[in-house]
Amino acid sequence: MNISKEQVEYVARLARLELTEEEKEKYTQQLNSILGYVRMLEKLDTSAVEPLAHVLPLQNVFRPDETGECLTPDEVLDNAPERLGDFFKVPKIV
Amino acid sequence: MTKLNTLTAHELKDYLQTKQVSIKDILRDCWMRIQTVEDKIKAFVTLDRGRAEREAEQAEEFRRCAGEEGVFSPVCGIPMALKDNICTRGMLTTCSSRILANFVPPYNATVTDRLSRAGAVLLGKANLDEFAMGSSTENSGFFTSRNPWDVNRVPGGSSGGSAAAVAADEVIFALGSDTGGSIRLPAAFCGVVGLKPTYGRVSRYGLIAYASSLDQIGPLTKDVTDCALVMNIIAGHDPRDATSANLPVPDYTSFLRPEVKGLRVGIPREYFGEGLDAGVKETVLKAIGELEKLGARCEETSLPHTEYALPTYYLIATAEASSNLARYDGVRYGHRSESASDVVTMFQCSRAEGFGPEVKRRIMLGTYALSSGYYDAYYLKALKTRALIKQDFDRVFEQFDVLACPTAPTVAFPLGAKEDPLSMYMTDVCTIPVNLAGLPGISVPCGFVDGLPVGLQLIGRPFEEGVLLQVAYAYEQSTPWHKMKPSLE
Repeated sequence: MNISKEQVEYVARLARLELTEEEKEKYTQQLNSILGYVRMLEKLDTSAVEPLAHVLPLQNVFRPDETGECLTPDEVLDNAPERLGDFFKVPKIV
Repeated sequence: MTKLNTLTAHELKDYLQTKQVSIKDILRDCWMRIQTVEDKIKAFVTLDRGRAEREAEQAEEFRRCAGEEGVFSPVCGIPMALKDNICTRGMLTTCSSRILANFVPPYNATVTDRLSRAGAVLLGKANLDEFAMGSSTENSGFFTSRNPWDVNRVPGGSSGGSAAAVAADEVIFALGSDTGGSIRLPAAFCGVVGLKPTYGRVSRYGLIAYASSLDQIGPLTKDVTDCALVMNIIAGHDPRDATSANLPVPDYTSFLRPEVKGLRVGIPREYFGEGLDAGVKETVLKAIGELEKLGARCEETSLPHTEYALPTYYLIATAEASSNLARYDGVRYGHRSESASDVVTMFQCSRAEGFGPEVKRRIMLGTYALSSGYYDAYYLKALKTRALIKQDFDRVFEQFDVLACPTAPTVAFPLGAKEDPLSMYMTDVCTIPVNLAGLPGISVPCGFVDGLPVGLQLIGRPFEEGVLLQVAYAYEQSTPWHKMKPSLE
């Protein structure tokens, strides 16, 4: 089960990463080498094991629905690459 | 006269209490040291002298308010560094990534707030592997930090800047973060103390996320006493971090007594196998012998799934990273590509230009492991293996109070020695299982191989950082290693 260059291109699209031809070649080779290594997990029988996503015995954590302190619009927008009034400005979407 | 920057926080507290020195004197000595050695060490992404001087004045004020006999925090007036993935209001927080090169957080991390309220003086932000992904700081988007014991070697990572700054006496202590060993590994390579607390012990509000089921903030200090002092300030529940544990926090200094008599210490044999450098092995075994001499009952044990920890980690951590790092889209903060005509191109180009090669590699791997058709084979399989790894630890902790093993399989390696991603990943083989199981782990200096520091790793039960500190303290007090300083001349 090897990852192909086409799959690398597909994954890059999912991850919203623009890759150069050189990067595609490099990542195909490196991901194959890493995946070859992680496939050692196949040796383990885990059919009777419950997956563990999280080590703490926490389910949902709720807090009262109360208004707290919040940032001013200027504080929020100060790091924006581009802003228009109190909005984040982005290129045309539709 | 003793250079104040070479002392620990608890030593400086005594100096301050007896009025031999002022907080300004301490800051001055740290700045002088930074001016002398920072060109060689490159520990800092950002240094802010003006801010540090203002905070020092405020700390003086805290002390004056506390009065003649007053009680003030042991870190009041003590210069420190924060890893540059910990948010500081009004001060650049870059994650050593070009995508966040201009990011100035509008808020403080909870640990930043807690230290600031205690009067600690922030000198600057320490370098890391970009987004904490790496074991050497060579993945920093800006520059590589150097090991104070040999500037041609790496300081370890990802909290390499924090560890190097403490080891080089530029600051008295620092905070790092540890997802797969990122506090303990650089602590071992640089010859300082580094603690990764239990998952949930320290709030991660304001820590820029890498892998959320594994990340944890902790201290890097010159000795075990300072580690306990810093833990007293940063540990505890925080309503702003839903994963922080709502449990009482003990006074960690109450564990600083040199007693290990009767304590049961397990030696997991899998950590002493193939790939462990012979010199490191001998040094760590000698340290375990020292614990035995002090009265601990050391016995071999086994964690049979250890060899699966590394592949498990690289699936889980990258999957979580691919999701966490989706937020860097060039819209609300961070780098935006100039060549953006439509919004999807803007996302793709901003991310391509802003992220470095290792970050892209991990996002790709994680996206693949989570993608339709591969989820069960990779991600779900890893979560199940993670359960087995945790069960290994649960089982041995029925018999043992603490586990002792190496922190890293080698001493610090030369810059550029690990070009292949997999060989770099192997560096974390002794630390990663601890994160997967959510346990506390500490690295304490335990000797040298070829003039380079070796770390002894102690692993404990969940929320038993106190036991780790007790064993580490007993060991430290009977050995000279924490007193050793790199020459750096």
